[in-house]
Amino acid sequence: MADALLKIEHLTRYFDISKPFLNRMLERDEKQFLTAVADVSFEIKRGETFALVGESGSGKSTIAKLVVGLLAASEGTIEFDGHKMTGTTGTEMRDLRRRFQMIFQDPFASLNPRWRVGDIIAEPIHTFGLLKGADVTNRVGELLDTVGLSAKDAEKFPHEFSGGQRQRIAIARALSSKPEFIVCDEPTSALDVSVQAQILNLMKDLQDEMGLTYLFISHDLSVVRHMASRIGVLYLGRLVEVADGKTLFSSPQHPYTQMLLDAVPDLALSGRRRKPVDGEIPNPINPPPGCAFHPRCPLAMDRCKVDAPHQVATETGYAACFALEAEAKAS
Amino acid sequence: MTDALLSVRNLRVEFPTRRGVLTAIDDVSFDIMPGEVLGVVGESGAGKSLTGAAIIGLLEPPGRIAGGEILLKGERIDNLGAEAMRRIRGKRIGMVFQDPLTSLNPLYTVAQQLIETIRTHADISESEARKKAIALLDRVGIPAAARRIDDYPHHFSGGMRQRVVIALALCAEPELVIADEPTTALDVSVQSQIIDLIKEICAERGAAVMLITHDMGVIAETADRVAVLYAGRIAEIGPVRQVITAPEHPYTAGLMGSIPTLTQTDARLVQIPGAMPRLNAIPQGCAFNPRCEKAFDRCFKERPAPVLRDADGRKVACWLYDAIDTPAKEQANG
Repeated sequence: MADALLKIEHLTRYFDISKPFLNRMLERDEKQFLTAVADVSFEIKRGETFALVGESGSGKSTIAKLVVGLLAASEGTIEFDGHKMTGTTGTEMRDLRRRFQMIFQDPFASLNPRWRVGDIIAEPIHTFGLLKGADVTNRVGELLDTVGLSAKDAEKFPHEFSGGQRQRIAIARALSSKPEFIVCDEPTSALDVSVQAQILNLMKDLQDEMGLTYLFISHDLSVVRHMASRIGVLYLGRLVEVADGKTLFSSPQHPYTQMLLDAVPDLALSGRRRKPVDGEIPNPINPPPGCAFHPRCPLAMDRCKVDAPHQVATETGYAACFALEAEAKAS
Repeated sequence: MTDALLSVRNLRVEFPTRRGVLTAIDDVSFDIMPGEVLGVVGESGAGKSLTGAAIIGLLEPPGRIAGGEILLKGERIDNLGAEAMRRIRGKRIGMVFQDPLTSLNPLYTVAQQLIETIRTHADISESEARKKAIALLDRVGIPAAARRIDDYPHHFSGGMRQRVVIALALCAEPELVIADEPTTALDVSVQSQIIDLIKEICAERGAAVMLITHDMGVIAETADRVAVLYAGRIAEIGPVRQVITAPEHPYTAGLMGSIPTLTQTDARLVQIPGAMPRLNAIPQGCAFNPRCEKAFDRCFKERPAPVLRDADGRKVACWLYDAIDTPAKEQANG
């Protein structure tokens, strides 16, 4: 465990969604909070791909933003390579920031349309003062080459590229500060399948070549299956199960994971009969008490409605479920 | 072939622009039988949605049907006037769009929208229409339909809204439902609910469905037959099982290989180089030739037409394959 690059403990983030002060006074309303991430803990080892899956509103993107420091944590700690991110400031923080980068979902929104591609990719190099003069141009050319574009493309503007090519530019930009860790927030959701395959292959190649560590966020289970070595399943901001990629798909433990896997369309046409899925993700402003999944859970007991379940160790990780806890005690 | 519910013959859709005419759909033909689910897949820009829009007469100007015919039960509907088309739309062809929030009017309650639609197509009283609307909502799986019918669209969640849209599409008991990416805006767990619902209801009412989507998984679960579109042309069309398990057109094969699946190991995904051509730069010959590994001389000169490949009606537009001639001979003899 000494080799954990990123260590997250009891991470919680809530958003204040109260009405303005005067309205609250007049209408005698309480302050309202939305808990986007609740008590999430996990570790990412150097060189692995840790994936977070979940449906919309499960807090995937909030965790991504917390990890790179675009949002501040309400509670809990994030440790990057032994350095606490909360409380670190000045040059030390600056040095840390160089070492992690982010790739966003929508390549049409994440590239400045008024900048040339070369300037976009060179920005982190200038910001961190890594290279000067002609070296920058050479480095940009190299990076473009690495992601499968040509050095000449540095002169062009983002609108001259297709979605897949833009995502390649975003990857080149993320690589330009020579980071060790990249947070990928739904990097292929905006792309067509044939282009998605190109980008996923590229990301895997880069990982092999440069020894990168990824936090990979996606709602698409088959993409996650393809990319991740370890997977965390999120439900309403809570981590319900963590397991190795293979184990999670071969023997899902938590009822929510089982439901998610069951809902994936069957491309192999095996004629497998699906269990019908009930209900939808509840409103995070008033999450159900106890285990957040109990209203949709086929195994729910009385206890699930009152207490929040603890983590039960499984084969390669853990799951948070009372039914599993009971099973573990019985055996 | 005369008993097809919907028959599209050599459809061609063009967009005149200042820099010349762009052909977005080029010589597309297919049939939908009564009660059948036809999936239409393709990547963005392949012309999937445009095909649907052309059928229901909702092409955005300057787009126009430049050639071919669309027949609904043997009657041409592509050349009808606006008023005649309006009567077919909704009554005989229902529609479900991608984003349930934009296809419902936020200023009217669900009851008002359903009742208006029902009364537009059937001559019944308001209270009867309301009863029918509640029954419909109940059928599409909205709990406490009698109470929730007076809610506004924003009171419903995404999945529930899509159920309301499906109820709206089914109001007039259409013979054909065109569903354009009905599950794309939804989460996987809700997606499977909606797919099951569309399948069930259409089977129950004997309505045919044209399901437009970019997601092969949805097609595999739902459709009887599938048409694969590429750059406004049909690359391959046939029964779902054959097309998915043994694709013949190199594009279909590449597309299937590039989809990560839950069962496969960590192997690399099959990669189709490049991207779909823009409408103003569709290459001569086969539109797929710049990305095709198997392309040869003929592919760069002549455009392949879909040829019948087997008795199940699979057609492939690729020079690698010759038409089998048995069915034609049998027909000639019989």
